[in-house]
Amino acid sequence: MTLDLPFIWAGIIALAVLMYVLLDGFDLGIGILFPFATPQERDVMMESVAPIWDGNETWLVLGGGGMLAAFPFAYGALMPALYGPILIMLLALILRGVAFEFRHHGRRRGKAFWTAAFVGGSLAATLAQGLALGGFIQGVTLAGKAFAGGPLDWLTPYSAVVAVGLVAGYALLGATWIVWRTEGELQAKARRWAWQSMAVTAALLAAVSLATLVVHPRVVARWGFGDGGFDLATLLPLTPIPLVGIAGLAIVAWGLGRRHHVTPFLGSYLVFFSGYLGLAVSFFPNIVPYDMTFRQAANADNALALMLVGVAILLPAILGYTVWVYWLFRGKVGTGAGYH
Amino acid sequence: MDLDALILSRLQFAFTIAFHIIFPSFTIGLASFLAVLEGLWLATGNARFKALYLFWVKIFAISFGMGVVSGVVLSYQIGTNWSVFAAVTAPVIGPLLAFEVLTAFFLEASFLGVMLFGWKKVGPGLHFTSTVLVAVGTLISAFWIISANSWMQYPTGFETLPDGTLRTTSWMEVIFSPTFLERFAHMTLAAYLTTSLVVGAASAWRLLKGPEAESSIALRMAIGMFAIVAPLQLVVGDASGKRVMEVQPAKLAAIEAFWETRREQAFHIAAWPDRAIAGNRWELSIPKVGSWITAGSIDAEVKGLKDFAPGDRPPVFIVFWAFRIMVGLGVAMIGLGLWGAFLWWRGRLETSPLFLRCAVAMGPAGFVAVISGWVVAEVGRQPWVVTGVLRTADAVSPVTAGQVSTSLIAFMVVYAVIFSAGAVYILRLMAAGPAAADEPPDSHGRAPGSPLGAASGEDAP
Ligand code: HDD
Ligand code: HEM
Ligand code: HEM
Repeated sequence: MTLDLPFIWAGIIALAVLMYVLLDGFDLGIGILFPFATPQERDVMMESVAPIWDGNETWLVLGGGGMLAAFPFAYGALMPALYGPILIMLLALILRGVAFEFRHHGRRRGKAFWTAAFVGGSLAATLAQGLALGGFIQGVTLAGKAFAGGPLDWLTPYSAVVAVGLVAGYALLGATWIVWRTEGELQAKARRWAWQSMAVTAALLAAVSLATLVVHPRVVARWGFGDGGFDLATLLPLTPIPLVGIAGLAIVAWGLGRRHHVTPFLGSYLVFFSGYLGLAVSFFPNIVPYDMTFRQAANADNALALMLVGVAILLPAILGYTVWVYWLFRGKVGTGAGYH
Repeated sequence: MDLDALILSRLQFAFTIAFHIIFPSFTIGLASFLAVLEGLWLATGNARFKALYLFWVKIFAISFGMGVVSGVVLSYQIGTNWSVFAAVTAPVIGPLLAFEVLTAFFLEASFLGVMLFGWKKVGPGLHFTSTVLVAVGTLISAFWIISANSWMQYPTGFETLPDGTLRTTSWMEVIFSPTFLERFAHMTLAAYLTTSLVVGAASAWRLLKGPEAESSIALRMAIGMFAIVAPLQLVVGDASGKRVMEVQPAKLAAIEAFWETRREQAFHIAAWPDRAIAGNRWELSIPKVGSWITAGSIDAEVKGLKDFAPGDRPPVFIVFWAFRIMVGLGVAMIGLGLWGAFLWWRGRLETSPLFLRCAVAMGPAGFVAVISGWVVAEVGRQPWVVTGVLRTADAVSPVTAGQVSTSLIAFMVVYAVIFSAGAVYILRLMAAGPAAADEPPDSHGRAPGSPLGAASGEDAP
């Protein structure tokens, strides 16, 4: 039996990136929503993610480190191409990461500073991820397997819209997380945030989806609109993807309307899942749009095989204790910072 | 790719990794120390150990957070600034870096949450297990990254295919490359030394202010640690040096500023090596002893830098002096350990202000020695990034000098801010001392479930 190692690894990396977006998305979203909360509510919001944010961010390290190890040529082409947004993201993640600890130790002015750093860092990291994503979708100029474009290729109106859309999306994740994990006044506030961010997310998701069809002919063709014509047979099997997204939005709205606790959060996960799947379908089998497939980018087969053994053993264990930690910190986070 | 982007990328990498290593060299040791404290508390029921745990865990949380965020930077920087290095070496060390994430980072990050915030959520046994898992995670992390770096120092277990790409032929030879064992031991001991010096300094500082039972215990634990580990480090470091002579003779020649290949090399206590004149501008030396120290016999022939083409010689001045700083501090640590052990034996530890002051002064010595050691290892490997396989100059990304200089300045600003703030918060905690840690939380807005919050609750399960 021979395994299609590059194919399996493409799936693993895609999973790691999806896990990152779903997990770190809501804790970045909490930073984005910080300015709208009272100081006391901020403590509660932060407390709801403090034990888990580090584990969430580790999926980003797995996404990056995994791509280095599994698709070194893609890593070597994408990182220089997206140098600007990646560096901004890293710097922003530093500021918001240390804020989790520093906010508790700062006195008055220190605390205000690290609150601002948490907000600014979360927002800038999200914008940078959106710009990187936008730059990725527009395509990367290659010469052979190396990046050959300019330093600001990623900065276009299109990528700016993607970036703002991602901010709205993470805010939606954050707001629905707070709805789930808090009660009382803060929960009611978070419901309002969720409604608002959902409306913006829906509008921008639609805008980005349509704009993406204009950005590159290959994406257009993948969705059946190529060559000026329209091919229903190509589009039809893909329609479930946007439908899942619409269903997700409907679930968020329904859950918010019925004052459910966890349903809106799950609905927003569906929205992200559909967007992610839509992108994956648009690019497959390219890993660096639009000139490098995942097969061309893959590492040596014996390296992939060794790592697959490792993943087969370790990933279930990681998922296991991650679930355990989430379970441990389940339940509502109390308001009023009371020591119970 | 222009030359400036190369130099700037090197500066940026050196700066960001030197910043990063400050935190692992402290957290690796501190995680083990915390595990020991919690174990002692569970075994003896002595509340002093618990107070010490609650005190040091807060300092640990700050340092660990800074270690994590600065580490994420490094793993991405390999792609943004060293994309050719990433693409060329991935068939060999890519899996090692991936295994570090899978075996260490997730473990550390997940159980850190339990360790800091789970005090009331899990039983003492499970909490202790979490502390131990974090400690083990830091050591596993060091294992993989030193393994990858050791392969870069002296690569084995691979072949070069006709199209120029590398391919691993033996994973065991890659993971356990010839310099690995000595260097892993040396780094682990360095981390334990660094931590014990910091713990010793903080405790000595408290004792200078007046007696405090917790600080007396911590000072004794610290002295016990560095009195044993410092001499051990000399032995391991010497073994590491012997290995360097075997596999990286140019680096050894730079460490000792040997230019000619000869028997009876002189040992240079101090010198001004200059690559431009291929010699030392001046030197303070002991004749013949150099061959004995490096090769174990005065008659042994030891290679000098002139045996290597000028383009293959590492920078000598930096390597020579960084090595002397590291060894000088190592010897001072041995001295401090002996002195402390002697005072302890005579029962005069707390009553010798001179010793306590010296212990305070030596607090940062571990960090300086660690960074110096890495400079020896990394600069001494130049001009290669992977010895004999890939030159640093060929490893850099196709990015512009403008991009790299902008990011370098941004890193300097951000790191200066977080370093100053982190240092202030840690020093503030240290000045307050372990007794303060056990007091009920005040209204500073410390979130519930956090270490301080938990510290108040004697009802903790
Ligand atoms: C000898 C030890 C050592 C050395 C040489 C390095 N690191 Fe490190 N690193 C650690 C020991 C460590 C550590 C002890 O595991 C962490 C966890 C927290 C800390 O303070 O350091 C860490 C954290 C850490 C993280 C964050 C992990 C997380 O998300 O939890 C990343 C991504 C890296 N490192 C990556 C690197 C890279 C790419 C390095 C070299 C180029 C590097 N580290 C050198
Ligand atoms: C954590 C401790 C480390 C420190 C303090 C350190 C320090 C340095 C320094 C000072 C340089 C610059 C040498 C020069 O350009 O003259 C360098 C180069 C380099 N090191 Fe390390 N290093 C460390 C660990 C590692 C590890 C674990 C790896 C990889 C697995 C690594 C990979 C590199 C690479 C790729 C370069 C070439 C880039 C350059 O020249 O700056 N280093 N390092
Ligand atoms: C006391 C005598 C010491 C000797 C003879 C010694 C020797 C050495 C040598 C030869 C190297 C280069 C290894 C290589 O490039 O492969 C090295 C590196 C290093 N040293 Fe030391 N050392 C001593 C003390 C210390 C102390 C006290 C510390 C820190 C507390 C320290 C930390 C390091 C580190 C972090 C490195 C870089 C990692 C490595 O390459 O192992 N050393 N040392």
